[in-house]
Amino acid sequence: MNWLAWKMLTGDRTKYFGIVFGVAFGTLLIAQQSSIFVGLMRRTSSQIIDITSADIWVMDQRQRNVDDIRPMPESRLHRVRGVAGVEWAVRLSKSMVRVRTLNGDFTQGILVGLDDASFTGAPGEMLQGQHIDLRRPDGVILDIDGYRQLFPGEPVTVGRVLDMNDRRAVVVGICRVTPPFQTFPVIYTRYSQALQFMPRERNTLSFILARASSGQDLQVLGKRISQQTGLKAMTWDEFFWLNIGYYIDNTGIPVNFGITVMLGFIVGGAIAGQTFYLFTLENLKQFGSLKAMGVTNLRLIGMILFQATIVGVMGYGIGLGASAGFFELMESSGQADLRGMWVPWQVAAIAAVAVGLIVVISSLLSLHRVLVLEPAVVFK
Amino acid sequence: MNSPAGIAVLCRGVTKEFGTGEAKVQALRGIDVDILYGQMTLLVGPSGCGKTTLISIIAGLLDPTAGEVSLLGQNRRNLSGSRLVRFRAENVGFVFQQYNLLPSLTAVENAAVPLLIRGVRRSEAIERAMVLMIEVGLRDRAFALPAQLSGGQQQRVAIARALVNEPRLLVCDEPTAALDAQAGRTVMNLIKRVTVRGDRAVIVVTHDNRVFDLGDRIIAMADGLVETTAEASNQSGVH
Repeated sequence: MNWLAWKMLTGDRTKYFGIVFGVAFGTLLIAQQSSIFVGLMRRTSSQIIDITSADIWVMDQRQRNVDDIRPMPESRLHRVRGVAGVEWAVRLSKSMVRVRTLNGDFTQGILVGLDDASFTGAPGEMLQGQHIDLRRPDGVILDIDGYRQLFPGEPVTVGRVLDMNDRRAVVVGICRVTPPFQTFPVIYTRYSQALQFMPRERNTLSFILARASSGQDLQVLGKRISQQTGLKAMTWDEFFWLNIGYYIDNTGIPVNFGITVMLGFIVGGAIAGQTFYLFTLENLKQFGSLKAMGVTNLRLIGMILFQATIVGVMGYGIGLGASAGFFELMESSGQADLRGMWVPWQVAAIAAVAVGLIVVISSLLSLHRVLVLEPAVVFK
Repeated sequence: MNSPAGIAVLCRGVTKEFGTGEAKVQALRGIDVDILYGQMTLLVGPSGCGKTTLISIIAGLLDPTAGEVSLLGQNRRNLSGSRLVRFRAENVGFVFQQYNLLPSLTAVENAAVPLLIRGVRRSEAIERAMVLMIEVGLRDRAFALPAQLSGGQQQRVAIARALVNEPRLLVCDEPTAALDAQAGRTVMNLIKRVTVRGDRAVIVVTHDNRVFDLGDRIIAMADGLVETTAEASNQSGVH
C-alpha cells in the first residue's frame, strides 16, 4: 500500500513539489535563521572561544560580559596565584583602540594584551608569522578579516605599519580568529606593549587567566578563588554562557530571530498544510473508492502518514541542504559577514521537530476528511 | 437470515432514512428484492428513487435503518467494522459511473489495486490484472495512464479492476452514464460477456433505456419502493 501512496503522492507533480517546497522553505528559514542566531551569539563570545588554554577566567566581581571590562589593579594577579590549586595565572588585557593606517584610514579595533612571557591566549591559527615575533619592537598580530578591512584589496603580508594611540605598531603576524560580534579587527600584542597602545588608565588588568593544578575540580577552584580574592572566577563554560545570557537578556536579537523562525514555521506550515489538504481533498473520491474496495481507516492513516513522511523528509533534506550550502558558500567566498557560521546539529534537530510538527498538523487536517468519509460517497 | 440457494442478495422490508426531525428523508420505504446468481440484474428508475441508496446497502457501504439483508449467505447485521471491510474486499467488485481510476497509475496497475489491498505482491497482482486487461481488450493500452484513455476504455479498466478479485457480487453504478451510445453498449456487452457467470451476481444501476435489453432481470424503482420486477425480453443471459 505504501507503493500506492507513493504513486498517488507523486502523480500530481505540481502539488507534490508544492508540498515539498513548503516544507523546504520552512526548514530553510528555521535552520538558516536559527544558525545565524547561534553564530551571532557565538561571536559575542569570540575571545572566550579562542582562548582555550585557561581553565578559569578571573575578573572584577561586577563584570557582566566579556566586553564590559572593569579593569583591576595588577596586585589581583598575585592574589590569584596565591590560591591553592592554581597551577599558574597570567594577565590579559582587552580594550578598544582606534587603529589608523598610514594612508589615514581608521577604525575601532579590539586590542588583546597577552602575558609577555607565555603569550597565553595567543591566536591558535597563524597564517603568517609566529607568536614569538611579538617580541619584536612594536610587534602586533592582526587577524585576517581585520587586515582586509584595514588594507582592502592589498596583498596579505607582514611588515605593514599601523598607528594606535599615536604609537607605531608593526604587523608581525597574521592570524585567523573566531569573528567578533562587532566585526572590528582583532589585534594581539604583548601585555606591556598593549599598555602603550591603550588610552591611559589607572588600572589595566582586564582578566586573569588561570590554570588548575591536575586533579582540581574547576568549579570548586573557581569558588575558592572567588572566596579568597573577592573576584569573579568562572570556568570557560560558565563564562561563555554568562556572556551569551547577557546578550540574550539585553538585546533584541533573540526576539528578532525568533520572529523570523516563527514566520518560517507558520509560512512553511501554511504552504505545506494547505497544499497537502488540497491534495487530499482532490483525491477524496479516490480515497472513497479505496475504502469501498476494502481499505480500512487504519491503512488509510498509514498511507497518509507515509505520504507526509516522504514530503517531510524530502523537504527537510532540501531545506537543510540549502541552509548548509548557504553557509558553505559564505565561507568559501571569503566574506567575513557570515564566516564561521554553520548549522549546528541542535538547530538541525529543532528544524526536524518543527518539520515533524508541520507534517503532522498537515496530515491531521487531511486525515479528518478521509476518516469521516463515507465509502458510499463513490456512488454520488 | 439465510438466503435460499441461487439468491445472492435478499432484502426484506429494507428502509433507509437520512437526517432527523423535519429534515428527515426516507430514501427506501420497505424494499423486498432478490438478486440472483448467474444473472445481470438491472436496477432502473428515475433520479432520486433510491437506486443508489439500495446498491450502497447491498454492497455493504451503508447500513439499513430497518429490515433484513442477506449478503452472499451472510446476515448483514453480523457484518460490521473491519469484518465488513474485509468481506467487501473479498467478495464485492465495483464499477463506478466516473470510473474512479487513480490518475497516477497505469491501466494495469489500476486493475491490480484490489489485489494490492488484499496484500498480494505487486508483481503477482499486476500479472493477474494483465489477464483481465486482455479479457477486456486492452492489452495494447495496459501501460497507458487513465488520462490517455477514452471514456469507454477507462470503464473497461474499471471492469477489469472490479473482476480481478474474482468477486461473487459485482455492483455497477451507471456504468454507461458518461459514455456515448456506442461506447455504452460496448461496455454493457462487455459486462454481460465477462462478468456474468453461475457463481456471481451482477447488479447494474442504470437509467439508460438503450441497454435494458441486455439485462436478465429488471427491477424498476420509484419513490423508495420496488415498482415492478420483470424478466427482460432478451433471455440470452447465463442462468
